[in-house]
Amino acid sequence: MKYADEFRDKTIAQGLARTIAAEIDPQRPYRFMEFCGGHTHAISRYGLEDMLPPNVRMIHGPGCPVCVLPAGRIDMAIRLAERPEIILCVYGDLMRVPGSQGNSLLRAKARGADVRMVYSTMDAIRIAEETPAREVVFFAIGFETTTPPTAVMIRLAEKKRLTNFSVFCNHVLTPSAMHNILESPDIRNIGRVEIDGFVGPAHVSTIIGTQPYEYFAEEFGKPVVISGFEPLDMMQSILMLVRQVNEGRHEVENQYSRAVTREGNLRAKEEVSDIFELRDRFEWRGLGLVPYSGLKLKQVYAQFDAEVRFAMNELRVADNPACECGAILRGVKKPVDCKLFGTVCTPETPMGSCMVSSEGACAAHWTYGRFRDHQLRRAS
Amino acid sequence: MRAKAYQRKLDLKDGCVDLSHGSGGRAMAQLISGLFHEAFGNEWLARGNDQSAFDVGAGRMVMSTDAYVVSPLFFPGGNIGSLAVHGTVNDVAMAGARPLYLSASFIVEEGFRFSDLKAIADSMGEAARAAGVYIITGDTKVVERGKADGLFISTTGVGILPDGLDLSAEKAEAGDRVLLSGSLGDHGIAIMSKRRNLAFTTEILSDSAALHDLVAKMVEAGGSGIRLMRDPTRGGLAAALNEIAHQSGLGFRLQEEAIPVKPGVAAACELLGLDPLHVANEGKLVAIVAPEVADAVLAAMKAHPLGLEAADIGEAVADDHQFVQMSTSFGGGRIVDWLSGEQLPRIC
Repeated sequence: MKYADEFRDKTIAQGLARTIAAEIDPQRPYRFMEFCGGHTHAISRYGLEDMLPPNVRMIHGPGCPVCVLPAGRIDMAIRLAERPEIILCVYGDLMRVPGSQGNSLLRAKARGADVRMVYSTMDAIRIAEETPAREVVFFAIGFETTTPPTAVMIRLAEKKRLTNFSVFCNHVLTPSAMHNILESPDIRNIGRVEIDGFVGPAHVSTIIGTQPYEYFAEEFGKPVVISGFEPLDMMQSILMLVRQVNEGRHEVENQYSRAVTREGNLRAKEEVSDIFELRDRFEWRGLGLVPYSGLKLKQVYAQFDAEVRFAMNELRVADNPACECGAILRGVKKPVDCKLFGTVCTPETPMGSCMVSSEGACAAHWTYGRFRDHQLRRAS
Repeated sequence: MRAKAYQRKLDLKDGCVDLSHGSGGRAMAQLISGLFHEAFGNEWLARGNDQSAFDVGAGRMVMSTDAYVVSPLFFPGGNIGSLAVHGTVNDVAMAGARPLYLSASFIVEEGFRFSDLKAIADSMGEAARAAGVYIITGDTKVVERGKADGLFISTTGVGILPDGLDLSAEKAEAGDRVLLSGSLGDHGIAIMSKRRNLAFTTEILSDSAALHDLVAKMVEAGGSGIRLMRDPTRGGLAAALNEIAHQSGLGFRLQEEAIPVKPGVAAACELLGLDPLHVANEGKLVAIVAPEVADAVLAAMKAHPLGLEAADIGEAVADDHQFVQMSTSFGGGRIVDWLSGEQLPRIC
């Protein structure tokens, strides 16, 4: 496949693996967090861990928007969908995300709620146009990559004078979550693993650019390498991080220069800032309340804001106390350290955020990598 | 001579099914004889009984049943009718059997166009003739508008097993080879490309095909060295191999580079975030065969038009955890797990 196979070449990968092995200092650990679920998935899908030296460890961060959506927001959506006048449009991977008491949108749909799987924001607009007698709500979710399409959709709804269309906004921001991982008060309770560098977001950075990470690299003294999602991108980014660590640098470097600029997509950023504003705080599954990490619609667009339009009450639900997602998302624990992993918590019946989507740390490890646990046990 | 009661002809061009076509009256009889018998034409149906009697040869018989609810009903490379024949023929054939007879039940929604029903019945008849099987009994029900999505078909097939052949998962042994008859994911991607909210342009056709002849050639070459065969439909190759691992108590080691996937399928999977190993097939089989006959069976597959791209993709291994593992073409290792959740409903 053109433009994909080039970034999955085995020979080049082996060359990069040899270079990484040659350049690392065997006496020290290299702990890198990849923030994005897309990176986590690529690492697991292509078996990258097998190609890295044992002292280079990848820590899977919280960058899967489906995973970090808290149970309370799912409960809110279910309540909304249960109202007879409402058609709730959602992306397919949200259907199975657990709310409280094992509830999910999939179950609500089976009980009779009108929940429809859509593949793009445009599908939701079309449904609103075709069913003027019903209220159509789009369940908007995602990091900076998916926020501009939601903004465009609201513009379009305004232009088409749709009076039966609104958005349940759950858009979240990457830099504030990265900040939280290094500096949240929770760290006192669950401890902290030193992170030596970050593999920075790919698609998110096409929108926000590399600039927002500069403060971060400077303030925390951590190298950041913005990386594409292909496995060769990852290998090259890991090599770049190794070199920064070895040379004592902490800069923002851009491996994904074929798509990311320093400034990002100005037009998209403008659209987003026209329509959305920061929430004081937003709940993340596994991380808790994170200040200034979520977006909501501005007052002037209140008619398109489902939370206002349907007077939705904020719901908060405590995560299962045995669930270790918070510690796993910060790299303090590994999936196998959690008592629930692979027992009551599997991709079929996820309990915690990391098992919810295939991009989550636990789900990726369960789906692609759990054979390594048994190899380790055998070896020891 | 008594005059035959006048009956208006079925308007196959513009007419549609109404509730009277399922009521047991003249209209139903007319639909059955004018449309289904016409399409399936054989001596058993011509007798007009509620059942058909047929000769049973010596040896063991095989039976399998399947319901078809695919959406859309017409897709690139086939329709629900040809699928309902191929799917059940293949389920029978995976035992190593020669399929002989099919039954077919139709649940039709009021308002369904005769022209569509005729096209579907015709392609069922055509698929059955090509596969050398006869549709010898059937049933038609009509339900109110909104109670079925156009048309559901259910088919049951019977076939006969060659002497001494008894394919089953528990016969697999460590060291057995895994043979795949061709490229993965064609059917699933062809269906998805026509879904209303997903429509994308691709030249991929469904691989829907009857595999019994390919099976016969494989049995000829490998005999009871063939441990078992499966057609990887819903859940794809990943589900088929995990199922076999579970039933046989073995694990599997696959080589990603050896697994054929068409570039168009690979591209669509990339776009939709799917793994070709999870995407449905309707004209492919995977066989677990003893290593000493593997080359001969593979050669027989490659010599058959439905196995041109056949490949040896890995081996069965002793593994208490029954993992299906794969060396990725990138050079690392991974598990090939069951698909969790539904990739896309109503694919077959």
